[in-house]
Amino acid sequence: MSLGLEHYLVLSAVLFSIGLYGALAKRNAVIILMCIELMLVAVNITLIAFSRYIVPAELTGQIFAIFVIVVAAAEAAVGLAIILAIYRNRQDIDVTKINLMKW
Amino acid sequence: MGLTVAFWALAVVAVLSALGVVLLRNVFRAALSLILCFLTVAGIYVTLSADFLAAIQILVYVGAISVLIILAIMMTRDVHRGSPANRLQIPALVVAVLFLEVLVLAVINTPWQISNTPALTPTTAPLAIKLFGEGGFILPVEIAAVLLLSAIVGAIVLAREK
Repeated sequence: MSLGLEHYLVLSAVLFSIGLYGALAKRNAVIILMCIELMLVAVNITLIAFSRYIVPAELTGQIFAIFVIVVAAAEAAVGLAIILAIYRNRQDIDVTKINLMKW
Repeated sequence: MGLTVAFWALAVVAVLSALGVVLLRNVFRAALSLILCFLTVAGIYVTLSADFLAAIQILVYVGAISVLIILAIMMTRDVHRGSPANRLQIPALVVAVLFLEVLVLAVINTPWQISNTPALTPTTAPLAIKLFGEGGFILPVEIAAVLLLSAIVGAIVLAREK
């Protein structure tokens, strides 16, 4: 059995679903950020697999993956800074208790 | 043949370590599991002949983002409650499984137009030409630079002691 596009797409779908479950079901804000990173990595696998199998000479998917990595790095830095600020003010990072802006 | 074996080994380790991220009770062990997942994903990029992106994956994710995550875990270590689930655990599981099912069905039932052109290797020089060359992606590169600068400034302002 040779390796095809579907293998990579199913692998990234599995990783994305695991990240989606974690992001929806966890209470620790750091774990939620980790699961979001997992989802972004799964999207990168999809982009690079499309680039390899559909347009191998164009590399467009790899360019998109580079920009996804840039945005993921910025998101991780700002997200963890927000978590630290919340922790400093409330001594807690349980997202079910951070409901200051809920009405 | 070797590529297939490498893919299956990497895929199994990647899925198991991703499950470790959501299932392990200790937050620090979950972070280490996430780092293992990032490393195996870099290996999967190699099987897709994306050598530059594999190096970037190791530098940015394994090198930088995991250090940030572990730093955040250490700064918030007084929260000794591990990684509990909220009361949406069952609906979240149902949503994730349904989403996975829809994705897999869509992937299997789509007639992909696979190209037979051999992969471009090494990719570093073609990627640079695409990013910085004529008619390339130079404007998005500059916007990404501005985004990174504003993210750095924003992170410093948010995390600074008053």
